[in-house]
Amino acid sequence: MSDAGPDMNDQAPAVEIRGASKIFNPGRHNEVKALEDIDLHIDQGDFVTLIGPSGCGKSTLLRLIAALVDPSDGTVLVNGKTADAARLDRDYSMVFQRAGLFDWRNVSRNIELPLELMGWKAADRRRRSAEMLELVKLTEFARHHPAELSGGMQQRIAIARAMSFHPQLLLMDEPFGALDEMTREHMQNELLRICSETRITVVFVTHSIGEAVFLSTEVAVMSPRPGRIAAVIDNDLGPRTDATRDDPAFFSNVTAVRDALRGGH
Amino acid sequence: MTAARTLLRSWLPPVVAAVVIFGGWEAVLAVLRPDGFVLPPPSEIGSAVAENFDAIITATGVTGFIIVTGLLAGVVVGAALALLVTASRAANETLTPLAVAVNAVPIIALGPIFNAWFGLLSPRSNQAVVVVLVFFPIFINTARGLTQVEPSQIELMESYGAGKWRIMREVRIPNAMPFFFTALKLATSLAVIAAIVAEYFGGRQDALGNLITNSAGLTRYDDAWAAVLAGSLVGIGLYALAVLAERLVMPWHFAARRPA
Repeated sequence: MSDAGPDMNDQAPAVEIRGASKIFNPGRHNEVKALEDIDLHIDQGDFVTLIGPSGCGKSTLLRLIAALVDPSDGTVLVNGKTADAARLDRDYSMVFQRAGLFDWRNVSRNIELPLELMGWKAADRRRRSAEMLELVKLTEFARHHPAELSGGMQQRIAIARAMSFHPQLLLMDEPFGALDEMTREHMQNELLRICSETRITVVFVTHSIGEAVFLSTEVAVMSPRPGRIAAVIDNDLGPRTDATRDDPAFFSNVTAVRDALRGGH
Repeated sequence: MTAARTLLRSWLPPVVAAVVIFGGWEAVLAVLRPDGFVLPPPSEIGSAVAENFDAIITATGVTGFIIVTGLLAGVVVGAALALLVTASRAANETLTPLAVAVNAVPIIALGPIFNAWFGLLSPRSNQAVVVVLVFFPIFINTARGLTQVEPSQIELMESYGAGKWRIMREVRIPNAMPFFFTALKLATSLAVIAAIVAEYFGGRQDALGNLITNSAGLTRYDDAWAAVLAGSLVGIGLYALAVLAERLVMPWHFAARRPA
């Protein structure tokens, strides 16, 4: 099923986590058991949301996949290699709640940042940056400074930056959490369009049930203290349109996720 | 047309303010007629400048050199120290307390001691006072700018496999620029104060500090004020240069902040 790049291991799942746990500040008075006994399997092309209340470790789990945090126990494999090897191979890209664009670079050069770090030639970088601006439909803002854009536009630029080097996996940490409801729904539609055009695998952290059900193929429901995966709910609603938001199947899956969240307490 | 209006808008307010302040000063003194040692009117200071023009220009050159070289050295030391303590935890733990301790010393009081080190008539001791006084605000502000980075921007760079040095160059240093320039603008006036006060205790005899103490000692207060005026002009000029450099180095900071 996967839409593999030329050098990708087709057999390997996008993410394979076995028995992972994370303890912050072990042995100290402020020791926190953030994650316990996590098993998670994500196939290429899946869109998986991690949902749960604050403090359930969903962001930590995302950082485990990104190798920004090391597991205290267990294994984390991304595309069949260790998470850190995947990081250094630039197999994935991250989008955060705050767009985190650099004020000192214009929009186009913000998108080029990962390409610069990868040593791309200037002409190639500019070509790709223009393609990405087209993908997020902000071509006319190439020369603008980030401060001149609205929050939603900044986040679209952050997505363009994340997609610029065609990573196989997109890790998103509450990317639309700071946006108003209207902009948020628009961004969700845009994200699904971009995903269907690029067939990228997505791991998406949110605390919005509606967002999780609308976006993903699978919803991993987490429970807090210590963070565990309480349930993984299949969420096959077919191709999404705005009508999906009013679909009975959508609401029944919202209920299923809500029940799982309650059961987790 | 619009360019001329913009120019007028930016220059008119300070010019009006200067006319009002100096005019008022002159007028009040003309009415009150205090003794000359209290405060001479601007016109007398002006004629004192004209009479001692060569001495003031020489003194401004001598002191200006001390100010500029001391300021540059202090900025280099402060910024380098900030980079060092940001890059290395060991450097932070050893050098930051040391810098704080050095700053806690009443630095002007070191003037006579530095004279003993470098020679009573040497400008080196004055430069040293300027360096020691200037480095700290530069160091402390720049270090804050280098560390006060949005955590997700660091994570972003790490997710792209960027190393420590690359993060320093791409994120920390640009992030520290507004902090650095705020400190630099403060440091310009500190440098002027430090140089002139240090000259009260020693250094070259044809410098502004000596001109002020000698004139005051001879009750020629208009000459002393003329020298103070020269020092102020050096300070204003350096401040303007710092503002200009700020605009050249970080144009993004001044780009119009209008949401599209």
